[in-house]
Amino acid sequence: MIERIKKMGRASKSDLITYALVAAAFIIVQLLLMNGVITSSLRGQLVPICVYIVMAMSLNLVVGISGELSLGHAGFMSIGAFAGVVAASALTGFIGAPIPRLLASMLIGGILAGAAGFLIGIPVMRLQGDYLAIVTLAFGEIIKNILNNLYVGIDGAGIHISFTSVGALAMDGGKVIINGPQGAVDIEKLSTFAIGFALVVFALAVILNLVRSRSGRAIMAVRDNRIAAESVGINTTKYRMMAFVVSAFLAGMAGALYAMNYSSIVPKKFDFNTSILVLVFVVLGGMGNIRGSIISATVLTILPEALRPIADYRMLLYAIVLIAVMLVSNSTHLRMLIDSLKARLRRDPDDDGPAGEAPEGGENVG
Amino acid sequence: MGFLSNVVNGISLGSVYAIIALGYTMVYGIAKMLNFAHGDVIMVGGYLSFISMVYLGLHPVFAVLIAICGCTVLGILIERLAYKPLREASSLDVLITAIGVSYLLQNLALLIWKSDPKVYPSVIQAEPLRFFEGQLIISPVSLVTVLVNILIMVGLTLFTTRTRMGKAMRACSEDKGAAQLMGIDVDKTISLTFAIGSGLAAIAGVLLCSAYPTLMPTTGSMPGIKAFTAAVVGGIGSIPGALLGGLLLGVAEIFAKAYISTQFSDAIVFAVLIIVLLVRPSGLLGKPVNVKV
Repeated sequence: MIERIKKMGRASKSDLITYALVAAAFIIVQLLLMNGVITSSLRGQLVPICVYIVMAMSLNLVVGISGELSLGHAGFMSIGAFAGVVAASALTGFIGAPIPRLLASMLIGGILAGAAGFLIGIPVMRLQGDYLAIVTLAFGEIIKNILNNLYVGIDGAGIHISFTSVGALAMDGGKVIINGPQGAVDIEKLSTFAIGFALVVFALAVILNLVRSRSGRAIMAVRDNRIAAESVGINTTKYRMMAFVVSAFLAGMAGALYAMNYSSIVPKKFDFNTSILVLVFVVLGGMGNIRGSIISATVLTILPEALRPIADYRMLLYAIVLIAVMLVSNSTHLRMLIDSLKARLRRDPDDDGPAGEAPEGGENVG
Repeated sequence: MGFLSNVVNGISLGSVYAIIALGYTMVYGIAKMLNFAHGDVIMVGGYLSFISMVYLGLHPVFAVLIAICGCTVLGILIERLAYKPLREASSLDVLITAIGVSYLLQNLALLIWKSDPKVYPSVIQAEPLRFFEGQLIISPVSLVTVLVNILIMVGLTLFTTRTRMGKAMRACSEDKGAAQLMGIDVDKTISLTFAIGSGLAAIAGVLLCSAYPTLMPTTGSMPGIKAFTAAVVGGIGSIPGALLGGLLLGVAEIFAKAYISTQFSDAIVFAVLIIVLLVRPSGLLGKPVNVKV
């Protein structure tokens, strides 16, 4: 076993560490839960933490790996959330057990969000840079605007949908699931931390396998130099679209899980601020660094709970984080300083190891 | 409300968008960046004039002047502290920083002025003009907005074509390297662009709040995004384009509200943006840009 780990490439080793980290975190949390150490407010945060980890990882796939700034990620989350809630209600008669029903609803939410991602991607993938960012923002707002005027109800005859009012649903008894600006009401709380953890592992596996595959290398090639990638025969639109749709799919699953953690949820929850929040996780964790996204999403979701007294300054702090990370990572002075520090740190432990290994371990800067 | 009133309201709203769009278009033309924080400078302009009028009891003219000075300084500060260190950075990094600045301004405003909406006293106190037995009502604010817009457009066109500084700005947007070789101080020119754009944002803020009198920390973000849309529709980097795009978008928004759906009016405006970007990404009056390898 150890021999095999030693033989692994650097990328696989790094992935193994990420999986181990997630598994260890799950075991620790489970142990703490069993001993009753975790406060009830933190216990309520467990599912949102998993959701935000998946959101951050999936956005990182677009922003970090594919190199496009998407500002409408919360839109896909909301599609997943509302589709998931409707699916969970509609499936009540077919799947009785809560866990399979939750999984089926999450899958439906993810598929619908992925389909929306594909439809939105058709026009979006024709654009680049700032224009792409502003169009994803526009789509996020349009999704919010539509969901704000969406009424869905269910009765014996099936699902009723309207864009005007509850009265227009023309229902025969039954129950209203989505009530316009008031959002989804009377949601069955199906979400559990274990399913949240399973979703994190699933998303991690999907993203890491994609990134390490031939397609993943193509996506990164398009990010690094679009024209060069195109000239070696890479279908740039196809690979950018692949990253975008997978990201939307995972965000939809996360959205469904998120919605079913609460008894009601409003469309306004998934506004531009939520998209920015997830972007902060990605930027702070490091663009393109999946493990970084997991850590920063966890820390930044727990931290506001721990730092209640300065809650008013939380958003301000996020803004400063965004600016500071960009300024620091683009400052040549600081970068040289960090590089020299890294080099010094690396040299010391390697002194007692075999002489030839030092250069192979480093050189991951850039 | 008759059809003519809707046209007038559309032109008035469009004039505000046009003034905001100028700030986007000039900065984009020179610094090649989307200044996401521009919309929030509008909000700061609104609050500065509000404080001057309501708390300090100053005459509206002085309130407007204070707002313009305050926003100009703010614009220069933002450029120096946040954008200048990133001149060589990737466009993704610059855009994220701009979003950070936008968020920073909104949340600072939230801390200083709190989230409850303030009722903005209009800077122009006069009776609305009525024509055709109430078929056409023109509020004095609309009239002033349109006049101010015309003044700014003429002034800015003269500035960029006749003065040395204006010519320097055009040279920088054409080719920064060549401009520098000709002895133009590029950094100073970029600062000047931010100063003018932010000053205009302050005027837009006053006009916007006079027409729609609720002032909140998020007041600027939506008009900001719509004005960017207007700048893109007209062709980014073009001053007449900003005017044309602003007016088109303003009229489209008012008509969408009046004749299609109030709830979906924002969605319709964004749909216009998406369609324009797809069909004619260089805008109505913009020059198409070819990427050279």
